[in-house]
Amino acid sequence: MANKLIELVGIKKSFGNKTILDEMDLFMNENRFLTLLGPSGCGKTTTLRIIGGFEMPDCGKVLFEGRDITNTPPNGRPFNTVFQKYALFTHMNIEENISFGLKIKNKPKNYIKDKVKYALKLVNLDGFEKRMPDSLSGGQQQRIAIARAIVNEPRVLLLDEPLGALDLKLRQDMQYELIRLKNELGITFIYVTHDQEEALTMSDTIVVMNKGYIQQIGTPEDIYNEPQNAFVADFIGDSNIINGVMLEDRLVEILGTKFKCVDEGFGNNTPVDVVVRPEDIVLTKPGKGIIDGRVVSAIFKGVHYEMEVEACGFEWLVHSTVLVEPGTKAGMWIDPFNIQIMNKPESEDEEIFIEE
Amino acid sequence: MKKLGSRLLAGPYIIWIVLFTVIPLCLIVYNAFTNSDGSFTLGNVLAVTDYVNAKPLFLSLNMSLIVTLVCFLLSFPLALVLSRYSSNKNSIIVMIFILPMWMNFMLRTLAWRLILLNNGFLNKGLGILGFNPVYLMNTKAAVILGTAYDYFPFMLLPIYNALVKIDKDIINAAKDLGATGFIILKRIMLPLSLPGIASGIIMVFVPSMSEFVIADMLGGNKVYLIGNVIEQAFNSGYADVHLGSGLSLSLMFLIIISMVIYKFFDKGEGGHGLW
Repeated sequence: MANKLIELVGIKKSFGNKTILDEMDLFMNENRFLTLLGPSGCGKTTTLRIIGGFEMPDCGKVLFEGRDITNTPPNGRPFNTVFQKYALFTHMNIEENISFGLKIKNKPKNYIKDKVKYALKLVNLDGFEKRMPDSLSGGQQQRIAIARAIVNEPRVLLLDEPLGALDLKLRQDMQYELIRLKNELGITFIYVTHDQEEALTMSDTIVVMNKGYIQQIGTPEDIYNEPQNAFVADFIGDSNIINGVMLEDRLVEILGTKFKCVDEGFGNNTPVDVVVRPEDIVLTKPGKGIIDGRVVSAIFKGVHYEMEVEACGFEWLVHSTVLVEPGTKAGMWIDPFNIQIMNKPESEDEEIFIEE
Repeated sequence: MKKLGSRLLAGPYIIWIVLFTVIPLCLIVYNAFTNSDGSFTLGNVLAVTDYVNAKPLFLSLNMSLIVTLVCFLLSFPLALVLSRYSSNKNSIIVMIFILPMWMNFMLRTLAWRLILLNNGFLNKGLGILGFNPVYLMNTKAAVILGTAYDYFPFMLLPIYNALVKIDKDIINAAKDLGATGFIILKRIMLPLSLPGIASGIIMVFVPSMSEFVIADMLGGNKVYLIGNVIEQAFNSGYADVHLGSGLSLSLMFLIIISMVIYKFFDKGEGGHGLW
């Protein structure tokens, strides 16, 4: 089992009277790709900055291999950061940018030269030593920022929404690039993003955050298939989130209809949130499914059609590769395995917002 | 049509600059190269090499360099501090430093007179504290002090603007890579604020080079600058418009040359090579 590399214990942070992080506990293992995912203002960037040493927590501790580094300045931590807007030194050429950290550490000239060359090769920008940052594209600048961080051989690389400013295609390319880099370097990546697709693609572990609280920690598969609450379900991918009542084990009532499911242990007649992914709803001929509805709208999305089906007073979001014309009736069938039951949030703090 | 219309908007300014800058400049050039009887001569332009004129010229050069240096040494640390405040607070603080600019500069210089006079506020204050009086009035130091005070905001503002524009994450990145305060200052802040420093230097050096009113008011007749020589040539009892024009032209030429040299060096440093 991998050991705890970084541990956050009871971290609290507020700016003015706005609480950003409240009693946060989190640990990260060695050689993992960990993503902090959440909407803007959820505290993910603040968490990263606290790990990096750019912000001080109001209380709580940051441990590295069990050692307290809460009061250690950024340059005393074996981490390096890739900043959101690259933060390259525009008055220096690429070689000077990348070698900045090594020169400060007084490394020998030959060592620095080799390292710069190696780093540029690693990010596929051989021969860019003498170029100026302004003459590079956004994607190239981002690679230089990564190269500048990794030449210092950090134990952990912190990345703050590094792909946010790139266009879609480039972003996808860079996602694969980052996975490759992580595997080649064999170090821990801590990655901050609000883009759930990015998180699902790259991460070993995803930490979903909202309003300063951790909502769920898990593998991408866990987070997508077994969301622990309505916020996670709504934030990761599209989903139908419906009020339901758990009648007994493996039987839930949704909008007046009884559905079989596979969840147990919620007790009898307990109000719950029910999540059904739109791609898990199978459209059938009317009367052949569990409930019948009428297709309200259909939009072509490339891989699938996105349809809204009104049934039992709820508009179900359905993804299907087969188009059912709007206005026609259709049945809907859901595999019991694909009905996800979640407890209603207990406290105000966990109160979930659902954006429509 | 629209093009012509928008060009016409520049009309009033063009009339203004032709009437009050281009024509006077032409007159100065004409006067500089002619005698009182209207014949061509290089004497007025070359008069700057005479000892009586060269001495104040070098004094001007010397003093404006000192003034520029003093302004820079005062402005840079202050701008550094100001640029770290949050934007709401710092605009008020910057205002406080810019406020004196809104007062007529003759009044400001007069105020310095009242402070520096032998029985002025400075010496009264020193007397109360039990110190010996200092006699600064009518010295080079007084003129440097007054000039630096007058031109200080012109140095502060461009440097402050350049420093404010530096992204906080650039500083964070430098810290992240192991840089400490002094290295960040030397290798990041200073080079990135060079354009601001450059315009600050030009805005202070050029006007203080031809300064004469402050020298008059705070230097008595002890500090005699090239500006004073030119002013005398135009205004005194034995006025010589031709000599004044010649000296003005030489001074203008000298300033242009120093700007060209300066630009050359600035380009060299601005790119890279500060390591």
